[in-house]
Amino acid sequence: MTTKAPVYMDYQATTPLDERVLAAMMPYLTTKFGNPHSADHSFGWEGEAALDVAREQVADLIGASNNEITFLSGATEANNMVIKGVMEVWRHKKPHLITVATEHKCVLEAAAAAHRAGAKLTVMGVCPDGLIDLNALSDAISDETAMVSVMAVNNEIGVIQPIAEIGALCRERGVLFHTDAAQAYGKIPLDVAAMNIDFMSISAHKLYGPKGVGALYRRNVRATSLPPLMHGGGQEHGLRSGTQSPALVAGLGAAAALASEQMDEDHTHLRSLSDRLVEGLHAKAAGCFLNGSATQRFAGNVNICFPGLDGSRLLADIRGLAVSSGAACASAVSGPSYVLEAIGLSVREAASSLRFGLGRYSTNSDVDYAIEVVAKAVANQRGCKPREATV
Amino acid sequence: MDYNATAPIRPTVVQAVAEAMSVVGNPSSVHTAGRSARAQVEAARQNVAALVGGRTRDVTFCSGGTEASNAVLRGCGAASIVIAATEHDCGLAAAALSGVPVYTVNVDANGLLDLGDFEAKLATAEKPALVSVMLVNNETGVIQPVQQIAEIAKQHGARVHTDAVQAAGKLMLDFNELRVDYLTLSAHKLGGPQGVGAIVTAPTAPLKPLVAGGGQELGRRSGTENVAGVVGFGVAALEALTEIAAYQRVADLRDAFEHAITDCARDIQIAGQGAPRSPTTTCVVMPGVRGETQVMHFDLNGICVSSGSACSSGKVKVSHVLSAMGVSEEDAACSLRISLGLNATKDDVKRLVDTWTSLYTRTAGKRTG
Repeated sequence: MTTKAPVYMDYQATTPLDERVLAAMMPYLTTKFGNPHSADHSFGWEGEAALDVAREQVADLIGASNNEITFLSGATEANNMVIKGVMEVWRHKKPHLITVATEHKCVLEAAAAAHRAGAKLTVMGVCPDGLIDLNALSDAISDETAMVSVMAVNNEIGVIQPIAEIGALCRERGVLFHTDAAQAYGKIPLDVAAMNIDFMSISAHKLYGPKGVGALYRRNVRATSLPPLMHGGGQEHGLRSGTQSPALVAGLGAAAALASEQMDEDHTHLRSLSDRLVEGLHAKAAGCFLNGSATQRFAGNVNICFPGLDGSRLLADIRGLAVSSGAACASAVSGPSYVLEAIGLSVREAASSLRFGLGRYSTNSDVDYAIEVVAKAVANQRGCKPREATV
Repeated sequence: MDYNATAPIRPTVVQAVAEAMSVVGNPSSVHTAGRSARAQVEAARQNVAALVGGRTRDVTFCSGGTEASNAVLRGCGAASIVIAATEHDCGLAAAALSGVPVYTVNVDANGLLDLGDFEAKLATAEKPALVSVMLVNNETGVIQPVQQIAEIAKQHGARVHTDAVQAAGKLMLDFNELRVDYLTLSAHKLGGPQGVGAIVTAPTAPLKPLVAGGGQELGRRSGTENVAGVVGFGVAALEALTEIAAYQRVADLRDAFEHAITDCARDIQIAGQGAPRSPTTTCVVMPGVRGETQVMHFDLNGICVSSGSACSSGKVKVSHVLSAMGVSEEDAACSLRISLGLNATKDDVKRLVDTWTSLYTRTAGKRTG
């Protein structure tokens, strides 16, 4: 065992910044500090050029055009802007919004806000594997439906929703399709044209980029017109006011460019680590099971239920390992995960689950360390020694 | 010399940001990495609170001054908005789109709020009203008597927001003494990173979140905090607080520049010269010479200045601030904003005076014609 604690295994909460991303950001933190909206001098032009380059990098990864990308403070803002904005625009003609019970909290909260403002809201359930039922979605869409919002990769259990199929269905029925791709962008192949995506929310800090920046992809057609969430100087073509941060935006661009170069490599790496982790836990902590679909999933997310164990005690027993018992933003709020409950876990089972988040810098020895400390903690709680010790 | 658009980021801030960037952790996570990120955010919150003499727990981080103003104007639950005519674009735009009636209050020739008009507008405005007045104007540097404005507002049961983006770090602020309910800040105007700002709220002031979600920032602003940005903001706030006294020297340099040019030119106008002003800013109207021409001339002489606020400088639009002060449209199009940083020197002022004077002399025909 060469790994030293603490081991970071919470890549869904946030990712370390890639050194190459930091290198791309540094010039804008130091010498090129201009306000990118100062059209009067060269300090401003340098900042603006950074935004242009990044816009292309971010667009390229999903087959979008530069003018379809708006920079903002993160996926939470993007989700708020799309959901509240679309439902405001369509509140008379098509007041109905469809989303899913396992969406990120910010999608559900924004949907609830739209509902309070008069929108009709359908929150669909999911199958036990965490995926939505396309027939049920088709049934839920009516003439009144303005938009369907379904996340690409779930933040808690890592399942990949059938985005292409949902997009095709929405396009066929004349309904806008928004996907929260905070956990998916740069991790799995996404193509806005092939998948008929009208809006996509993007976050940098889930992709080895900096916190505090994200993007919204908005298909450039009239039906996707949105009112801005923030008003002011009219930056980002009037869609998002406020001084942009060239450093943060350059970071997002660099993260996107890196992802496009090494998505396959990242995936192979994560697949191998994930298999190793699941097999190891099965072998040494008998009775545990994977939450959510075993096949339609992002390999970097392994959410495991250890039936009969107390998850928070388990967390306390494995202090050297940074994993999570649920979404990071919900950590402050006690109570079991609503995502796990939505896939049919009991309150007790949900409370006995842990999310292992793997990423670009995770190693085999990190995984082995995780298996070892979790197996030990599980054995402790069950009042017996881990299997290995008895051999 | 365009410090009001953005200030160079401080080396100490760069270092702190870079260090914070290399540390992983979501501040909402309960494990060690998350708690360490949380601790960094909370330390920064203390520094930002100290900069404005507010309470730590009343500081909410967000993506910048624009978001902060929007969040207040649209989340305060007021029945009407009473706003100064010289507010920043984001304040005026957010007010216009807030869905409640908006009353615009006139300013006098010096850019100060017309208190008579203010009381009249307050008396007719739907209650409860929100009063929104910038502490320091971004184009002219004029300082509004916010405390006095707040006292009047309170008599009418109104809450008060002040945009202190240009004031923080230049003037000594005391949140309680100002008697406002909301104060908004931006990091990059005080040498912090771009993309981060804050809202300071009085304990009794309501704030409905503009961005809903995971419930970060005590439910006042969802979304994972920009940890490195917030850390940089904290460092900038801490340093800015110690530098405020040194701005007297900058004010002296600014005054020296103004004296030098008014000595040689009688037909020019310095916006808000009769009002208290921020030490850094001067806004000079040279009638007959368009702002773009002036900016170009300064640029060719190696000095970056601005013909208005940065966010509107890409557009051809006459300054609404100068118009509100009674400057004619023609003259308002002929303004130049110079904003000095703490590192400004006597030599800089000499260069400014020379550059300005050479343009003034060269364009003599234009102005009289």
